[in-house]
Amino acid sequence: MEIFIAIAAVLGMATIFGAVLGFIAIKFRVEGNPIVDQIDSILPQTQCGQCGYPGCRPYAEAMANNDEAINHCPPGGEATIQELAELLGVEVIPLDQEHGEEQELPSVAYIREDECIGCTKCIQACPVDAILGAAKLMHTVIVDECTGCDLCVEPCPVDCIDMLPVAIEQNTWTWDKPAGVGESSVERIPVTNIQEAS
Amino acid sequence: MAFISVTSPHSHRANSTAGVMQQLLLATLPGVLALFWFFGWGILVQITLSVITAVLCEAGILYLRKKPIAFYLKDYSAVVTAVLLALAIPPIAPWWIVVIGTSFAMVFAKHLYGGLGSNPFNPAMVGYAFLLISFPLQMTTWLPSEGNFGASTGVENTLQLIFSSSPADDASNYDAFSGATPLDELKTQLDLDQSTDILQQQDVFKGFIAGAGWDWVNVAFLIGGCFLIWRKIISWHIPVGFLAGLGILAAAFSLYQPAQYASPLFHWFGGGCMLGAFFIATDPVSAATSDKGRFIYGFLIGLLIYIIRTFGGYPDAVAFAVLLLNLAAPTIDYYTQPRSYGHDKPNRGTAKKDS
Amino acid sequence: MSRNTWKFHGGIHPPQNKQQSVSASIRQLPLPDKLILPLQQHIGAPGKVLVSVGDRVLKGQLLAQAKGFVSANLHAPSSGTVIDISDQPVQHPSGLPGKCIVIETDGKEQWCEIHPIDDYRQMDATQLLATINNAGIVGMGGAGFPSHVKIGTQQTISTLILNAVECEPYITSDDLLMRERAAEIIEGLQILAFILNPKEILVGIEDNKPEAIAAMRRAAQESTEANPGAPCAVTIVSVPTIYPSGGEKQIIQILTGKEVPSGGLPSDLGIVCHNTGTVHAIRNAVIEGKPLISRITTMTGNLVTDPGNIEVLLGTPVSHLLQHTRTSANQIHRLIMGGPMMGFSMRSTEIPIVKTSNCIIAADDQEFPDAPPEQPCIRCGACAEVCPAKLLPQQLFFYSKSKEIDKAKHYNLMDCIECGACSFVCPSQIPLVQYFRFGKGEVRKSKIETDKSDRARMRFEAHQERLEKEAAAKEEKRQQRAAANALKKEKQAKAKLEKEAAEAANPSTAASTAQESSNEPSNNDADEALETLKSNATKASKRYQQAKKALQMAEKNGADNIDKLREKILQLETKASDAKKALKEALPSPAKKIPAKSDATPNNTPKETDTSAVIAAATARVKVKKAQNALMAAEASDASQEVLEHLSTNLNTARTELEQHAPSEPTTGEAQ
Repeated sequence: MEIFIAIAAVLGMATIFGAVLGFIAIKFRVEGNPIVDQIDSILPQTQCGQCGYPGCRPYAEAMANNDEAINHCPPGGEATIQELAELLGVEVIPLDQEHGEEQELPSVAYIREDECIGCTKCIQACPVDAILGAAKLMHTVIVDECTGCDLCVEPCPVDCIDMLPVAIEQNTWTWDKPAGVGESSVERIPVTNIQEAS
Repeated sequence: MAFISVTSPHSHRANSTAGVMQQLLLATLPGVLALFWFFGWGILVQITLSVITAVLCEAGILYLRKKPIAFYLKDYSAVVTAVLLALAIPPIAPWWIVVIGTSFAMVFAKHLYGGLGSNPFNPAMVGYAFLLISFPLQMTTWLPSEGNFGASTGVENTLQLIFSSSPADDASNYDAFSGATPLDELKTQLDLDQSTDILQQQDVFKGFIAGAGWDWVNVAFLIGGCFLIWRKIISWHIPVGFLAGLGILAAAFSLYQPAQYASPLFHWFGGGCMLGAFFIATDPVSAATSDKGRFIYGFLIGLLIYIIRTFGGYPDAVAFAVLLLNLAAPTIDYYTQPRSYGHDKPNRGTAKKDS
Repeated sequence: MSRNTWKFHGGIHPPQNKQQSVSASIRQLPLPDKLILPLQQHIGAPGKVLVSVGDRVLKGQLLAQAKGFVSANLHAPSSGTVIDISDQPVQHPSGLPGKCIVIETDGKEQWCEIHPIDDYRQMDATQLLATINNAGIVGMGGAGFPSHVKIGTQQTISTLILNAVECEPYITSDDLLMRERAAEIIEGLQILAFILNPKEILVGIEDNKPEAIAAMRRAAQESTEANPGAPCAVTIVSVPTIYPSGGEKQIIQILTGKEVPSGGLPSDLGIVCHNTGTVHAIRNAVIEGKPLISRITTMTGNLVTDPGNIEVLLGTPVSHLLQHTRTSANQIHRLIMGGPMMGFSMRSTEIPIVKTSNCIIAADDQEFPDAPPEQPCIRCGACAEVCPAKLLPQQLFFYSKSKEIDKAKHYNLMDCIECGACSFVCPSQIPLVQYFRFGKGEVRKSKIETDKSDRARMRFEAHQERLEKEAAAKEEKRQQRAAANALKKEKQAKAKLEKEAAEAANPSTAASTAQESSNEPSNNDADEALETLKSNATKASKRYQQAKKALQMAEKNGADNIDKLREKILQLETKASDAKKALKEALPSPAKKIPAKSDATPNNTPKETDTSAVIAAATARVKVKKAQNALMAAEASDASQEVLEHLSTNLNTARTELEQHAPSEPTTGEAQ
């Protein structure tokens, strides 16, 4: 007799827990595929295609669905790889050099405007529509919107696009990180006294 | 002429880590003297051995880690760890005890975690706990207190005890001198269903509060601790929390059943209580950081000490209580952040993404 | 007079070092030859330059106009000539240059027209506010926040605070100003009170300035006696000496016990707080009509032989001050603008005095020795004990150091006021403030980066969408065209059928079909229309001839239904004449189009050839460049003679090519 009670109890519990689990699975279901969004939000959005995908989101989708490696993003560099590793629970691996090297300073495209012939090739290449211009008219880059992806440099028939590092100005300058333990963070500036020298 | 470009502020208070550590060492002096007075030369030998071991270990590890040796040795942190460990172990423990303990503390508890400032556990207490678990006999054998700077034991005898190749060789000699601490004895007796009345009967308890000599040692450490608070080397929160935690539990239990449980005074002035409260638990590296957090941290250590002393397997429990709370310190920190200027309430827990 | 004060958390007592500069009274210096006026002397947008090089300017003339709400005007401190508008070393810790207007003074000190206000009580608040705005007054205690923004708050103000604490060591400019010009400061306060209409005016002065407190009390007393109807009396509050009680948030807490909400402004609490120098400048602007062109600056430091406070024109180079205070400039180790706690080290003596320069300290390495090397943090908590913002600096330090900005933000990094109290007490000599500044920079950078990447994502998505739409539109057009062609074919087939049914084919029918079809494409795109018109025209002429032949055939054969046909032909004839009219009307339009096109073509052709020549030239130039580079690389890498020769012939062909296309241009190769 007891064996039946036991079986009934186990079955009953299984039913209840199953129902609860099922209910929760429906009630608290996570909508959509947020992992792709999460990965996408980590990627630097340069849309440069250096990873081999046409833009950041496709790469994010590939990482989420096809186990693509996390080290194919040179603009994001080490920091992005670390964040991705943390998010996806995989190991941090060094940047795959095949896809390019991490740049120290962000750069932005500049068109040498008197050399531009107005061929619109760079406009077509720009993934974020950051180049203005029309056929046979001079083009220019909206510097604030340029992601520094490099994609416009190759198509230019007259090589008039330069990738220049973003200049540091007073309002974008920040203090350096101190040198760390064992170091004194003092920068010495040699000064010559103009009055004495003359 | 050459200018320098450097961030503000341009003026500094003349203080240094080395200064902090030196004052800490200075503050242990009353305690050292008291130990010396009651338990003889052993303590001085142990301190010497421990400091030499610690400095050598630190230098060796710094060399292996390719760090500037002199720069780090100058901060005195190794010496402080060594002295605190030496103060905690029995004065007549064999030399290899203190050497093993100190090197374990320096290598495993300190440098493997990244050196000064990065160790989650108090190195001295890790060394002590390691010794206590590994060599319980040697670690619980104390001399009976006598006074007179150990005149009756003598320097030679002490050295012989410490440096004899094995305690067993001199078993008779050893036994002749050694004895249990009052805390140990009380625990043993209470376990034998004796009542706390024995506190008035046996020799080992014949101090003014908590056992011959031990109460004075604790008073000495209390004096040293007050000096630290006065010099603002430590804040009052941890010691006060510590003593409050211990005292409240002890008072509650001894009021409930005085025959079974010793008084708060006995607990405060017995064993390593004051050393723990003012010198061990206040190690800032492994303690909680905010004022509130420090009080809670100290309080919990006090509670744990009483619980382990009374219900656990060890007569004194400063090391284990401190180590357990070292583990809890980050959590305490998360929940005791002060309310910053201009905020309605303090932040809690850890950072959330995009907060 | 004693009033309850509150305490803020922490604080320190650094050595005061104020006595050096208080013994002498405020003095003036000879006019410098050159005044350098940075456009950015305040928080906010730099002003718009109104003068150009060579202009003669008068003292007090507007040089740069505020751009936007948070900005400030800039005036000429003396008369002279604008000799340069360019980047100069300025008062910025980075050492990066900033745009400046440089004036060569003429020594005449000729004022422009100024408008003193006799009785400000007759004015209304907006007019006074405009006066203050026009005078270019900013917070002169160090931050440089435009004053009119603070005064022009929309919130109801209950408390006006004069921050005369001056808690930083060494600085005594406000102290001396209060000792010597207390009445004017009180007058400035009354002006502000007239604008803001507060319930109380509090003046907070640290108790280490008894002379200033006494002077201010006397002046306040006299002011109350002179104007019994004044809206509210000034209360002088002596506050305990502790650094940083002069921080705006701290003085508000000391005097009112309230805390400015994180991310908020004092006006959220109904409080407006101004610095002594600022209030004095407001008084000068209103009563004397003089814009902000000078300020009191403390010259001190152990290298200064004549320390003291100097009323100095804005734009005066620091070297001028050093020279006239007999400072041994050769021994300077640190030259600090501002106080020793929050000031920054200057990289040049040519940096000018600006609106916020309250102090210059010329010190050798005895006075401010180099910081010893940083030691590991032992988490002693000394920093947390002194932090006036009640933060946990050691946590902020760990998170800033490891760039964990989310955690640093969680520990309220952005509430740090960079007062330096933590660095001052740190036994491990950790440059905490620099870590926090670095951390704040990282927070700002990451914000900018996130914003930028969000924008890039949006733009990329828009770009993708546009491409897809374009592709879809093309596809649709293609399908439409296919459908139209099918329809046309059907029509043609139908017409043919009809024709055959009619048998007695009339040229006019064919003509009319031709006309119709020629009219059809008028709503198509111009190019397409043109082409269809052309093809229709040829088709029409073909059909016309076919129809003619058919008619002749039909007449020969003599069909039975000829009557019916004739009727139809009549109808068709009228239709045809209508159609011909339409054709006539329609014809000019393609005719117009065609000439338009042909008009364009001759115009375009030279241009096009021109452009193509330019393109060819540019491509050739690139070829030359590439060939040159290849040659150089080959030379550098010791390539074989053959390869080199090959490359140089390549280069030569490229050059000749370039010369063909752009003979006037020297080749880049030659230029190099």
